[in-house]
Amino acid sequence: MSLIIDVGMRVSLILGLLTGLSVVVLSLVWVERKFLGRIQMRMGPMVVGPYGLLQPVADAIKLVAKEDLLSPWVDRIVYWIAPLAVFIPSFMIWVTIPISRDIVIRNMDMGLFYIIAFSVLSIVGLVAAGWASSNKYAVLGGFRAAAQLISYEIPLIMAVLGVAMLAQSLNLQEIVNQQDTYVYALVQPLGLLIFFIAGLAEIGRTPFDIHPAESEVVGGPFVEYSGAHWSIFFLAEYINTFAVAALTVLMFLGGWLLPGLSGGAITTVGVLVFFAKTYLVILIIFWFRGTFPRLRIDQLMSFGWKMLVPLSFLNIILTGCYMFYGWPAWLMSIISVTILASVFWLVSKRMNNTKKEYTVHIYKPESLEVKNAG
Amino acid sequence: MAPEVFTINYLTVAIAAIVGFVGMSIMFAASYLLSPKKKSALKDMSYECGIPPSPYTWSQLNMRYYIFAILFLIFDVEAVFLFPWALVFLNSVDAVFYEMLLFIGILLFGIVYSWKKGTLQWN
Repeated sequence: MSLIIDVGMRVSLILGLLTGLSVVVLSLVWVERKFLGRIQMRMGPMVVGPYGLLQPVADAIKLVAKEDLLSPWVDRIVYWIAPLAVFIPSFMIWVTIPISRDIVIRNMDMGLFYIIAFSVLSIVGLVAAGWASSNKYAVLGGFRAAAQLISYEIPLIMAVLGVAMLAQSLNLQEIVNQQDTYVYALVQPLGLLIFFIAGLAEIGRTPFDIHPAESEVVGGPFVEYSGAHWSIFFLAEYINTFAVAALTVLMFLGGWLLPGLSGGAITTVGVLVFFAKTYLVILIIFWFRGTFPRLRIDQLMSFGWKMLVPLSFLNIILTGCYMFYGWPAWLMSIISVTILASVFWLVSKRMNNTKKEYTVHIYKPESLEVKNAG
Repeated sequence: MAPEVFTINYLTVAIAAIVGFVGMSIMFAASYLLSPKKKSALKDMSYECGIPPSPYTWSQLNMRYYIFAILFLIFDVEAVFLFPWALVFLNSVDAVFYEMLLFIGILLFGIVYSWKKGTLQWN
């Protein structure tokens, strides 16, 4: 009997999670459109509801009520399973992500490992979507997604590993609780940057949106999808965005902790602190979308393998030495920042070089005029 | 105690998977009920930039990324070794730390080797 009650409680909690995440996704859509609008000196959505607040709801209704087009050449079963294979893992990782002290559906000791293991599964869904769609662009997009996601998975795992070494735990509650003296962003600025960049690439947000690139492969794996099926990919993308921001906050920015906040207030006010920090990180992600151009695929692959992978290994070796020899924390920060600075210097030097290589010689109009006159 | 914790963990994860599946199925069902269904030959065509697509659309592709897949496999397996190590290396013999440094060094040598070989170049 108690088992039934237990299961019932968990089911209702997870239903609540599904609802909460849907609300978060709606809010993210509105925030993104509004924020991008402001960046481009537009108003953003203004018509539906006050300040366009109901725009995402209207969009959702439109998507569900839209005709679901299905080309006869599509591989039906894979086509139907693919959105679920992308959405379900991205939803399942939220079981163990806490939003405040002790406010979590199930606190697992292997939490971070579980999150990493399940977030990789969505690659299969993307490749399946691309292949099943029976469309050249979709196949190209699916393969691009595979290449991109497996390349950036390694720096992501290694950055998470650095945090696990510092906290000596994979439990997210424990990791946040250990940051009450200083947040890990101070000890591991390198790890934070690697995790954030690799996370952006994993969710395919703008500087790294190689697989859904509209101007190259017209939406990649999602070309043939419409209506409810497409909206599930969309939902999964925004849930993943929120998850990456939340994990950045939990692992590097102290989660629900805030200086001056103590005692019982941590649990309740902590929720607000957590959401404030997470939305700030998300605003940075949207800011990237508004300002950065998309990378080329060869740039993406070489950045991942030649820059992020060696750096993430360096980060692990540094963290290991810091823990093993008991270095002071400030030394670790200084080394980390020095490495970051030298990397920035190297990258900017390289960028200047490529500019010189590809200089285009433009004939001046005056010389043409002179020729014509002669 | 421990087996019980495992059961609850697996149970919660399984429930999450089922709720996700059922929730999305309800969405599919709602879309099936609400959406208009008007078939036409033009709508059935797969997307192409204005010209009629050839029926066989699973064209052959150069699988350039398989080298990356092999590299990924190596590093992912390594991650499986690194995670348990990360949690115990402070509380065990000193050799554990140096051994893992050696292991990471070998893998880094591997990446430098493939870099020099030119396999990391996407062209």
